[in-house]
Amino acid sequence: MDQLLQHGLNALMLGGTYALLGIGLTLIFGIMKVVNFTHGELYAFGAYMMYALVMLTGVNFFVALPLAIALGVLLGAALELLLLRRLRGADIDTTMLVMIGAWIALQAAEQLAWTGVAKSINNPFPAAPLVVGAVSVAWNRVFVLVVALALIGLTYGLINHTKLGRAMRATFQDRETAALMGVQIGTIHTATFALGSGLAAAAGALLGPVFVAYPSMGDLAAAKAFAIVILGGMGSIPGATIGGFILALVEELGAGYISSGYRDAMGFALIIVILLFRPTGLFARKERIG
Amino acid sequence: MKSIFKPVWKSVAAAFAASLAVGTAVAQEPIKIGVTQPLTGAFAASGNYVAQGAKMAEDHINAAGGVLGRKIQLVIEDNKSNPTEAVATAEKLIGRDKVPVMMGAWSSTLTLAIMPKLMEYQVPMLVETSSSGKITTSGNPYIFRISPTSEMEARAFTPMVKGFNIKKADFLATNNDFGLGASQEFSQMLKKQGVQVGVMETMDPKATDFSAQLAKIKASGGDTLFVTTAVEQITLILKQAKEQQVRARIITTGGSNSPDQLIQQPGDAANGSFPLVFFTPWFPEAVKNADIARKFVAEWNARTHNVGGLTEGFRGYDGIHTIVEAIKQAGKPDAAAIQKAMWNVKVKGINGDIAFIKQGPAGKESAQNVPSVYVVKIDNGKVIKN
Repeated sequence: MDQLLQHGLNALMLGGTYALLGIGLTLIFGIMKVVNFTHGELYAFGAYMMYALVMLTGVNFFVALPLAIALGVLLGAALELLLLRRLRGADIDTTMLVMIGAWIALQAAEQLAWTGVAKSINNPFPAAPLVVGAVSVAWNRVFVLVVALALIGLTYGLINHTKLGRAMRATFQDRETAALMGVQIGTIHTATFALGSGLAAAAGALLGPVFVAYPSMGDLAAAKAFAIVILGGMGSIPGATIGGFILALVEELGAGYISSGYRDAMGFALIIVILLFRPTGLFARKERIG
Repeated sequence: MKSIFKPVWKSVAAAFAASLAVGTAVAQEPIKIGVTQPLTGAFAASGNYVAQGAKMAEDHINAAGGVLGRKIQLVIEDNKSNPTEAVATAEKLIGRDKVPVMMGAWSSTLTLAIMPKLMEYQVPMLVETSSSGKITTSGNPYIFRISPTSEMEARAFTPMVKGFNIKKADFLATNNDFGLGASQEFSQMLKKQGVQVGVMETMDPKATDFSAQLAKIKASGGDTLFVTTAVEQITLILKQAKEQQVRARIITTGGSNSPDQLIQQPGDAANGSFPLVFFTPWFPEAVKNADIARKFVAEWNARTHNVGGLTEGFRGYDGIHTIVEAIKQAGKPDAAAIQKAMWNVKVKGINGDIAFIKQGPAGKESAQNVPSVYVVKIDNGKVIKN
């Protein structure tokens, strides 16, 4: 029983960042119809920015975190303006190839800048864990969950209660009609890609200090983000949120009770099962996307 | 006429001069030694340290006049911590650089991936890091291993079981030839010693979150946890074990557990753990060839290499010295001659005296060195004798 509780708690801690990754990717896919292969690299970028700020320049941890996220937003905006803006109207294969190229270039740049040796990032939280009965959890992970939930809440607020959010939702539903109603599609795309990238960078900036930062860290994160998006239904923000927590839970329980060596395979096995029964994912809208 | 012939003569003269230049270059051309290490990817830290140690040996040997009147030149390739890439580096080193001997490939999985290529091209490889028993028992006569097998580590640990008073042991190992081999050898040895074996957990070599495994290990409740993986994952495991309040004593095996790197990490997670190592740079006087060890440590520090890399780097240094000794005895930089000479090599290394014994099926034995193994303790941010 204690073990089950501990697994559940671990899944909750992990689920928050998974949800962040998933929401970022699903937003970009839903609104821009772009399969964003650079998502994992934005995650790695967030972690490395934390390393650069906290370990190299000595910026306070709590100041560094929003800075790292802001830098992720800027990099996302730059990618959209430099690459995707020119590709609007190009077919999906061309866009995908360019994004794959950007992914490889970004990862190679990380390797060049930071070398292959993993970097660890100090955090200001006590090393002793928070103990509740028989289960325990590290303070830094509690912090990660709280910030992740706050960011998810902010994203919901932005999408549902602001003018920009309304324009984004309109673009999501029907790009042409939204454009006819005066929505600046270009601006919406830049904002969407920047927001999605910022969320990925936030996940990296939060998890970098929990684990370590290394150049290929984005690959597994991107694979999981794709899994979450497919699980929750492409373009569905609630789907990505819940999908993130489901994936974390399946990984934890699968590793705990079936086979720990295949922990990272559990989520993908789950996707196969879900797609067999619900080909559009758990929470997809009725109409087809893409 | 004159104007037509002039350029022809010029080019003939140039070709003649070039051929002369090539002739002298051959006589002085260095002897190439191939090195394949994970310079990037999951094992990047360790692979780079081994490469640094190897380069120190290269400089040391060349400063002393080289071998057979020629300098040596290391051709170092990055196998990217990936078995497919490791095979590609072997192809490149043997095919394009024509090296007569190689060193590599850091980790059992990478070494095992390369082994069929050695058979194919008949080029010997000195294995500096790899502990899976399979490497020397599968009948590959091109393998010369200087690092200990998991079985040797387990045997060296046997007399310490009583001292540690182990009653029940759990295992956490990386899910590859290295980790699974170690868990198997240590659990068999412990069972023979009457120790109860609890859970045997595995993890993906790239995994960073071990919460599920640690929760299971905590529930198993053994007094000792044997962890086998590279230092990158050990760092995270020690940290997460503290977070999940796993109270078992942690012993890390495999020799790629750099205690200094563990101590450098934030927090005190490494304290109280016992790394099993093959070189003790903290007390070089304790090793067999103390003068060589001391010199190596001084030189490593003079080059301002990371102190945490000493327990990896020494293997690159020992490996290149062993290869060069074999080239010297062979009398020529030829793969078959080096393979033969390797069997007679006796080198005073940092780890101890290096010499090879036969392992594996008769007629096609692999060569295995019998290295020294030590268990140390991390206490209060320092490495102490156990």
